[in-house]
Amino acid sequence: MADISVGRRSQRSSVAWWRDERKRGLIWQILVVAVLGLGIWLVIQNMVANLRAMGVPLGFGFLDAPAGFAISFSLIPTNLNSSIGRLIFAGMLNTLMASAISIVIATIIGVVIGICRLSKNYLISRLATAYVEAVRNVPLLVQLLFWYEATIQLFPNVRQAASLLDLVFLSNRGVYMPRPLPQEDFGIVLMALLVGLVIAFIIAYWARRRQEATGQQFPKVRVGIGIVIGLPLLVSLLLGNPVEWQIPELKGFNFQGGLVVQPELAALVLGMSTYTAAFIAEIVRGGILAISHGQTEASYALGLRPGTTLRLVIIPQSLRIIVPPMTSQYLNVVKNTTLAGAIAYPDLFSIIGTSLNQTGRAVENIAIMMVFFLIISLLISLFMNWYNKRIALVER
Amino acid sequence: MTEETVTVAPKPDLPPPSAATGPVAWLKENLFSSPLNIALTIISLLLLYLIVPPLLNWIIVGATWVFPTEVIIGDRSPRYADCGPDGACWLFVRTRIEQFIFGFYPETERWRVILSFILGAVGIYGLLGGPERFRRQAAIGFFVVFPILSFWLLRGGLGLLPVPTSQWGGFMLTLVIALVGIVLSLPFGILLALGRRSNLPIVHLLCVIFIEFVRGVPLITVIFMANIMLPLFLPPGYDVNVLLRVLVGTTAFVSAYMAEVVRGGLQAIPKGQFEGAMALGLGYWQMMRLIILPQALRVSIPSIVNTFIGFFKDTTLVSMVGLYDFLNMVKAGSKDANWIGADLTGYTFCAIVYWVCCFSMSRYSMHLERKLHTGHKR
Repeated sequence: MADISVGRRSQRSSVAWWRDERKRGLIWQILVVAVLGLGIWLVIQNMVANLRAMGVPLGFGFLDAPAGFAISFSLIPTNLNSSIGRLIFAGMLNTLMASAISIVIATIIGVVIGICRLSKNYLISRLATAYVEAVRNVPLLVQLLFWYEATIQLFPNVRQAASLLDLVFLSNRGVYMPRPLPQEDFGIVLMALLVGLVIAFIIAYWARRRQEATGQQFPKVRVGIGIVIGLPLLVSLLLGNPVEWQIPELKGFNFQGGLVVQPELAALVLGMSTYTAAFIAEIVRGGILAISHGQTEASYALGLRPGTTLRLVIIPQSLRIIVPPMTSQYLNVVKNTTLAGAIAYPDLFSIIGTSLNQTGRAVENIAIMMVFFLIISLLISLFMNWYNKRIALVER
Repeated sequence: MTEETVTVAPKPDLPPPSAATGPVAWLKENLFSSPLNIALTIISLLLLYLIVPPLLNWIIVGATWVFPTEVIIGDRSPRYADCGPDGACWLFVRTRIEQFIFGFYPETERWRVILSFILGAVGIYGLLGGPERFRRQAAIGFFVVFPILSFWLLRGGLGLLPVPTSQWGGFMLTLVIALVGIVLSLPFGILLALGRRSNLPIVHLLCVIFIEFVRGVPLITVIFMANIMLPLFLPPGYDVNVLLRVLVGTTAFVSAYMAEVVRGGLQAIPKGQFEGAMALGLGYWQMMRLIILPQALRVSIPSIVNTFIGFFKDTTLVSMVGLYDFLNMVKAGSKDANWIGADLTGYTFCAIVYWVCCFSMSRYSMHLERKLHTGHKR
């Protein structure tokens, strides 16, 4: 034993150092770090020199300065005197809002189209295929420009706005809808909603315990929905009218009051959700097709009805396949909102662009934008890891 | 007793009942099998009726295809008013088509553009569809000879009239950006993928940081960053061409995605291949070059084509930093005073062109996938 180990040791030391894999690896890495370090040092030297020549020091102090430019739409109050930091924050909110709306709509359309592609009905499955192939092979930017510049601009002007029951108005300045104005008692209705939610959760918990113990089922979904919707409705009826609806009215050159969805936002959401829906449809179709037909047959053999089979056997298994690519589509939606700059919706990218032009602070502005997107993709990939771990097959 | 031969000939089969085959049964099975199905059929027929006739009418029947006589004679130049109100204005496309394809490239030199794209098409054919024997020559041709030759052809110099990149535009610029992206991103992507799977911790870490950073941000921010930050990074006094800056950004972006595609291919190679190569005494680079990469790249060809399709669509983003690619050329054309109102036609034309390119590429990728997977079928 001792002899062998001695022999090995001596053998190792007899190998020339440039033939030793570990030492070679070490040298390669030192070289890589040295070259990279030198490169970064040169770049920083150049950057500092260039910035000094242009007379812009590095630093985030400019964020507090008044911006001097206004944005056409924001969720938080802003004006010409708002600080640049506030406007950038408003841009982040705009980006997130447009993405959130698009994600919801895209998911609904995508799931419907994906299921339609699997339909036995020849016409409807061909129509769904045509939709998917038509939409996903055309660049998103072309579609956005098409919706914004070519279609929404063709809507009637404000004076001839198309109206729906005189409540919703469609014009080239956007879609005008009644705006809910919460009155004093509205808080009580919200409380009722909260109480309803809590009760529904308790019922669901109780129903599950009872089913596990006795096997008896309870229509928890229907009862839950009834309570969550019914309780606030009842309270608001009892209280009279806690919400007033402000209806848009044509005054002078534009509509006054009401909730307005601007054409930019409408075009962005329309373009992005129809585009993403095509990809989601393919994911949903693939996920459902991946579940073997034996699963359906086995659950029929157990006596489950088609609806129950879909809900309890097929969907839980296909979700495992669907969710990871779906989250990456959602991440794509957030990233694609940057195209909004082309149609004048004030998202983060276009506000950063304006701020960069106004202040000349290229490095800081781009850094803010990059960090924002990196944080979002980090959050989404953390969620994905958590979900994968939770849903992973537990094997023996 | 005479022998009688009794021939028992079976009667010809009766045709199946008409309710089980034929068009009627097909209709019944596929369109009218249940109340829900009937409703779906009616809805789809309604949708088809609402969409198809107006669309065909707008694109073909109601559209204006020919110039009015005074334009043909040469009395005046065409304008949007020459088109009918309820159809596409193809006169716009017909008038501007050369600009849409070549940008501001000088008219007498356009043969160079055509020649270099024919070369590129031949290279791609040799690489993917041509005979297996010449694959190596095709690869060298496409990745080394073609870029140098077409750079010389497009840019000029050495006996050809120089054409500055500011005159490049239209579909030609779109193709240049897409092809440069694919030609450069493949080698970079392979290196990044190998780095990501490397045992050397620092190399691995650097590759992961680069790949995840680039994949975590939108393409337009990468282009924007290359456009604005690259001049800052270089010594004062250096001026980098806008097109070159954009190409640096797009190449970095596609490389990161390509790296993930190649990594997928590498992961599909069984461990025995690595061990076998090492047992033969091959070094790391020999093993990769001769054993692993040929198999891994072969597996990932369909994904590479899909990445390319995605990138081809993404080239439209360069219009946001002021380059006149195909989309931006059409957009600029429809802002011309003579052609106000032609933007719907312009974007439709754009959409059709991109659709034809991407759809045919995706069909080709599916065909390749089937062709390459025959080895695994039993």
